[in-house]
Order: sequence, then C-alpha cells, then structure tokens
Amino acid sequence: MKSLLKPLLAVLLVALPAAARAGTITIKGSDTMVILGQRWAEAFMKKNPAIKVQVTGGGSGVGLAALQNGTTDIAMSSREMKKPEADKLKARYKSPPVQRSVAKDGVTFYVHQANPVGALTTEQLRAIYVGDLSNWKQVGGADAPIVAYSRENSSGTYVFVKDMVLDGEDFAPAIQTLPGTAAVVNAVSKEKNSLGYGGAAYAEGIKELKVKKGNEEIAPSADNIKSGKYPLARDLFFYLRAEPTGDIKTFIDFALSPEGQAIVTQVGYFPVK
Amino acid sequence: MEQGLTQAVAAPRLSAAARRRQLREKAVAGFITLMAFTGIAALILIIVFVAKEALALFTDAEARHEASLSKMFLAQEGRYPFRWQPVSGTPKVSMIPLFVGTLKITVVSMLVAVPLGVFGALFVAEFAPRRLRELLKPVIELLAGIPSVVLGFFALMVLSPVVKNLFHLDRPLNGTLAGLALALAIVPVIFTVSEDALTAVPRSYREASLALGATLWETAWKVVLPAAAPGILAACVLGFGRAIGETMIVLMASGNADIVSWSLGDSARSLSATIAAEMGEVVVGSPHYALLFFIGVELFIFTFVLNMIASTWTKKVLQRLTGSAS
Repeated sequence: MKSLLKPLLAVLLVALPAAARAGTITIKGSDTMVILGQRWAEAFMKKNPAIKVQVTGGGSGVGLAALQNGTTDIAMSSREMKKPEADKLKARYKSPPVQRSVAKDGVTFYVHQANPVGALTTEQLRAIYVGDLSNWKQVGGADAPIVAYSRENSSGTYVFVKDMVLDGEDFAPAIQTLPGTAAVVNAVSKEKNSLGYGGAAYAEGIKELKVKKGNEEIAPSADNIKSGKYPLARDLFFYLRAEPTGDIKTFIDFALSPEGQAIVTQVGYFPVK
Repeated sequence: MEQGLTQAVAAPRLSAAARRRQLREKAVAGFITLMAFTGIAALILIIVFVAKEALALFTDAEARHEASLSKMFLAQEGRYPFRWQPVSGTPKVSMIPLFVGTLKITVVSMLVAVPLGVFGALFVAEFAPRRLRELLKPVIELLAGIPSVVLGFFALMVLSPVVKNLFHLDRPLNGTLAGLALALAIVPVIFTVSEDALTAVPRSYREASLALGATLWETAWKVVLPAAAPGILAACVLGFGRAIGETMIVLMASGNADIVSWSLGDSARSLSATIAAEMGEVVVGSPHYALLFFIGVELFIFTFVLNMIASTWTKKVLQRLTGSAS
C-alpha cells in the first residue's frame, strides 16, 4: 500500500534537495508506473551492479515537478507533459525536455463484482463523473446511488480521465477522491454501488467495465489496448531534462530492450513495440 | 539568581568546589536559554516562511487573478457556486467546501473524544482501583503512539463498512467515519492531559469534601472536576488542535469530495488533507502552490485564535477559583 503513503512521501521528497550522486539514478512519478519502474530497476541492477536505481511514486505531477526542481533524473508520467511544464523546464535547463514512451496502458473503470452493469459508453461515464447521472438505474443497473471514486489531482490518471472522458470538464463535487489506485480498488471491492478507475494492472478482485461504442463492447484487453481499439488506452512515459547519456541512457535502453519490454508484460501493462 | 552571581563576584574567597558549581549553574542556564531561543526562532521562521509563500496570492498578478479573495470566499457563477478544483481549465479555488469539511469532521471527533477522554480520565483518577489504574493509564497512553497513517488505514479497511451499515449511509467514506477515526487519535491526548490535571488537584480538597459528608461521586464531580477545569480545557484545546491539523486519517477516511453539505453521511474535504494531497503535485511558485500555503496560514490562525480564547477563559476560571478560596 505504498501509494497510500504517497502524499507524505511526496512532501518529504519534494522538500529534500537532491544531492549529487555518482552511479545513482533517481526515478520518480506516476503511481501507476511504480511497480513497473521497480521491476526494471531490480533487473537492471542485477546486470549493472555498479549503478543504483531508486524508484519512488507520488503521482505523475510529482515526478514532473521533481524533474523541474532538479530532484529526480527521470520522471515517470502516465500523461503527456503539459505545455507550461515543458516551457518551464526548457527555460530552466536550456534544452527541451525529452519524452520516451516506455509502455502502454488502458485506463479501466471498475465496478463491484456483483454489479450487473458490464459496459458503459464514454458518454455515460462522463455524465456520471460530471454529476448528470447519479443512480445505477439510469444506466441499466439496480436502483441505487452511484458511489463514484476518483484519484487525487496530482495523479496522471486523473488528468487523463478529465481530458479523455470528461472533455476537460470538472469532476462533480460528490465524486470522492482517494490517494492511490490501490485505495480506489480496495474501496470499489468493498462497496457494491461503487465505480472507480485506474490502470489495468491493478484491477484484481473487481469487475472491469467494457467500453460501449455503438453496438460493440470493447474490453480493456491486451489486444484491444495494443491495437489502439480500446478508446481509453494511453502511453506511459519517461521524461528527462535532456537527451540521456551515460548510466541513464543505459537504463532507458534496457527498459526498451526486449528484456525490459517483457517485464512490462509481466507487470500487466503492454509493450510499446 | 542574578543576585547570587553578583555576590559570587563580590566574595572571591569561595571554595573551588563552590565556584565550579556556580560556573556549572551558569552554563546550564545559558544552555537552556539558548535552547528556548532556538525553539522560538525556529517557530518564527516557519511562520515567516509559510506566510511569505502565501503572500504571492496578494502580490503576484497571475495568482491574484486566479485566486482572488472573492473567488476563495464568495459564491461563483455556474452550476456549483463553491468548488475546489484547482487543477482545471479555469481553476476553482473556493475555500468554503474545505471549511465546511474541516469543521464537520472536527466537530464529530470532538463530540466523541471529549466525553470519552474526560470521563475516562475522571474514572481512572478518582474511581478506578489502583491495579486497574496502573493498567489503564499506560494502555491508553500507548494508543497515542499509534501512527495516524495506521489509524487511517484501519478506518479505510475495517471501520468503513461497519460505520456505513450502522448509520445506514450511502457512502462508505464520509464525515462520520473520518470523525470517528480522528477521535481514536485524540482521545489519548485528551485523556492523558486531563488525567494529569485531575491527579494534580490537592488531596486536601478531596479530604475536605469527604469530611463534609459528600460522596465519592459528588466529590469527583463538584470538587475535583471544577478544580481541574483549566487543565481539562487545555486538554480539549490540545485535542482540537490535533483534530483540525490531523491529515493522514482524514485523507484516507473522509472521501475528500469538495461538497458543501452539513450532512454527516456525505464525504468531506478538509484543509489539512488538501495540503497533503496536493502539495506533491504543484509547481513551485504557481498560484496553486501559494494557495496551499495560504491554507496553512488559515490553519495556523484557527488554532492560534482558539488557543487565545481558551487561555483567557482559563484565566477567568482560575481567578474565580482562587478568588472564592481566599
């Protein structure tokens, strides 16, 4: 449940200035990518014992802010960098930030296992999250209020859902927010009328909703996400201040190598190639 | 003490041991003074730092536009008049949902924790047999040592379905749950300080009361409790300070929705949890960053004002007590 410690860690880590360390790579950001980053780091360190890789979460925004503040070498992000963020980085470090797509993921909506609803359109999801629909009856379920969960606004997944599902509109006031995907999954598995979202890799013990498009119901499956058919698929990124060199380049090359991409599949995400 | 030192200078025929003792005395006094001033200086620096970061809201043009006082405290046009959505195309920064959430959660936790803590302390101090007392006191004080993230986790995993079913609520994470979980954290605080205050009441008060024919219960309720009132009030203020500033429990148990509602079944977003949830994300120097520091200033002002009120009240009570005694 590392993600629940996230805000605390985030405050601490952002507050601590990075010391110069030889042979150490720090990676920070998206909670969705923490496990993936850690697996990469473990495998990489086994092959390159001289290089230390430290991976921490906190949310995509945390990682990108840390990249700006100079407290991390690589920022993991489950969303694309925003323009103001890129501009600030460019101004401060005199070079445009570098983006590397390292894996693919489908944002999945979860419901409780006992919920009869198996698929929703993106319009329906939008209506629920902006507050137009509030009862499962309205989308073909039981007569019960929809208890909808969202992530905190430091999350890349939050921004992704806001942009891709809500068309940039605000989440309704009644939408509850939780720190970390694990907390959302836990809450959804406990509450029969709930709805939540997060990365596909975390979706255990609950039901994943299919996305309805016309008459078709598209599951967030490996094939659909890799092919781009699943409408809520996204890239997972590494961001850097400049073109990677030395140890950092070695690490990124490893992550993108067949061996690194096999780890992506093991963790439950999808390779970029 | 000052006099003692000048005397030492005036009388040089002190023994070596006595002079050493005086030197040591001086060194210790100096050390304590240094420590005290370091503490005070650190406190002032924190206040200055937090206030300085928040000041951008009034000096920086971009921040003033994005988060003006009217946007923070007055109803805005649109579907929802009060919203906290600082990450948005047009950031919405109303403090009202945060005030309502904080107050709701704090009141629930105080309503539960004050009676539990104070009566618990009264029982342990006045009625419990010695054996039980020696068991209860350390156990409750041990509770104060539980990290709040553990309590929050406990509320999220274990308490939430229980509270939901007990009160027939729609949402498992809500103000009531956060308040109850928070009460777990502040009962030990209130208990410990109250118990100390009650035990500090002179034995002679109790003996006089009992000698006049009052029962144990009358003595505890009408003599010991009022005599310890300033200490108990201090305990409650301390508990309140912890409740309003507590972050992890609220973050995990309240649902963090920015609704303006006094219903205890609804989710609530508190000031402190908002800082914790968002501080990691903000870009240093942005309006959002200044806003979070501004929330910190608000929290500081709340506890400061409450402490002031409590201390004036304590003075009044003390005056009344000593006045009637003479």
